Amino acid sequence: MLAFVLKRLALVVPTFLGITLLVFALIRLIPGDPVEALSGERGMTEERYQRLVHEFGLDRPLAVQYGEYVSEFAARFPATVELSLVAIVFAVVVGVPAGIVAAVKRNTPWDYAVMGASLTGYSMPIFWWGLLLILAFSVGLGWTPVSGRLAIQYDIAPVTGFMLVDSLLAADKGAFRSALSHLVLPAIALGTIPLAVIARMTRSSMLEVLREDYVRTARAKGAGRLRVVAVHALRNALIPVVTTVGLQVGTLFAGAILTETIFAWPGVGKWLVEAIHRRDYAAVQGGILCTATVIIGVNLVVDVLYGVINPRIRHA
Amino acid sequence: MSAVPPMDVSVARAPPSPARELWRDFRRNRGAMIGLFVLALLVFCAVFADVIAPYSPSEQFRDAALRPPSLTPIGGHVFLLGTDPVGRDIVSRLIHGTRLSLVIGIVSVGLSLTGGVVLGLIAGFWRGRTGEYVVMRLMDVMLALPSLLLAVAVVAVLGPGLANAMYAIAIVMLPHFVRLTRGAVLGELAKDYVQASRLAGAGTLRLMFDTVLPNCAAPLIVQATLGFSSAILDAAALGFLGLGAQPPTPEWGSMLASALEFIQSAWWVVTLPGLAILVTVLAFNLTGDGLRDALDPRLKR
Repeated sequence: MLAFVLKRLALVVPTFLGITLLVFALIRLIPGDPVEALSGERGMTEERYQRLVHEFGLDRPLAVQYGEYVSEFAARFPATVELSLVAIVFAVVVGVPAGIVAAVKRNTPWDYAVMGASLTGYSMPIFWWGLLLILAFSVGLGWTPVSGRLAIQYDIAPVTGFMLVDSLLAADKGAFRSALSHLVLPAIALGTIPLAVIARMTRSSMLEVLREDYVRTARAKGAGRLRVVAVHALRNALIPVVTTVGLQVGTLFAGAILTETIFAWPGVGKWLVEAIHRRDYAAVQGGILCTATVIIGVNLVVDVLYGVINPRIRHA
Repeated sequence: MSAVPPMDVSVARAPPSPARELWRDFRRNRGAMIGLFVLALLVFCAVFADVIAPYSPSEQFRDAALRPPSLTPIGGHVFLLGTDPVGRDIVSRLIHGTRLSLVIGIVSVGLSLTGGVVLGLIAGFWRGRTGEYVVMRLMDVMLALPSLLLAVAVVAVLGPGLANAMYAIAIVMLPHFVRLTRGAVLGELAKDYVQASRLAGAGTLRLMFDTVLPNCAAPLIVQATLGFSSAILDAAALGFLGLGAQPPTPEWGSMLASALEFIQSAWWVVTLPGLAILVTVLAFNLTGDGLRDALDPRLKR
């Protein structure tokens, strides 16, 4: 087992180094002058230019600037993680049952409805989908707030950085409800593409398993329909689904760029977009690098978990 | 006694040509046919945009800003799907946007496919050499970043704009084409016909492009079709973020972004461009799925 983990880890190192190099090279190439972009002035005197460089902190060592952005990232990261976690929970809770229903009721209207919906979800421009949700539930019905993480009357001290957890720790029910209502729409918007992928994956994996001999054996010895699906088939069908869920981390972080921009969610994605518009080199670099690190890390964990669930992989 | 119909003793019918067989399998898939039909409509709109669009996409009707969809003429003009905040006809902008979206798809998929095929052939033919190692590790690194994030990073370097967005998307899609080509090439290289062609004296280039590549075409065609949908989706997302096509270009994503502040008062300026994106992407995905099922019988449901 240890050898397996080490082998996976060894594969991660060159990828990570490659990404640092790639990001570094990319950012060095960005045209335009950050001071001009930040101040919105052109053709300024040398003296004023130097003062602005100092004001914006661009004369400090790169390492200091970089460190500052890593801490900025750390401050914003929990917001993105909280949103992503709720989104993926939503995607799994809806997607897995939908996929099972589609597989069990194959070639019936149920199946067509699930597959049609998931293809639509997969094709959805999520920035537009988020806006539709706002139009329907915030503007139309007035059920949820339009943007942000928490109504302004609440002030919750960050402990974990997760608003849901922090408001519970502060025992503030109103704040918890407010945080939850702010979270619902962005999580649905962000979870839609993973939901579609998970539903499709669950269906095809379930269909495969239902053809296996042991499922026929279970049926033959008189196990009920529900028992065959839930006990005999599902556990084996879920193995590829676990991998799929893990692979959605990338989709979630990329989607966060759009979702956070629409819902004014103070996370890493929104910060990254703002940084690009400001030509804030270090922030772009730091943001992409940190995000890539997290994605690689999660993929590594998923790989290892996969080996734990399925010994055939471990010994391959 | 009834007459026995004369037995057909001619020859067994020749197998249908590959294209005919493909069409026969494709036609059975209702979703794919709907997708193809919508694509035909979109291509028609794109080609004849100047003819069928009622107005120019940039003509501003100052006294008719933000009008809702209606059939009643305003000042002698009918705005079927309403007007945007500066009084431009939405139907005309959507129709011209079709052209842009298809061009984005063609350019970025074309660039990516070409580059991907060449790199994939190199990696496949020079297996185990430095060339393969460098190409494949680079592709691994690119695949580790989610596509939109990588596209955003590339646009950040090249600067915002439609052309740069297309290059960014082409770069992002590259690893998929490289890996697919390499995988298919490795599968084909082991076969006897390649060996035969090599013995007959075919040079490497001939082997690559004339002998092996045509036999790797099926998965590449499918990936290219599906690539259109992700290219259009990513380009719209970049446009929406202000990193792709810039206003006043009638690109769907940037149309949506420039109408954001009117979301509460004018639903049509926000919903219609998004609907156009969804329908187009859906059509490409349906067609691509249908093509995959028809080209690869093993994947058939």
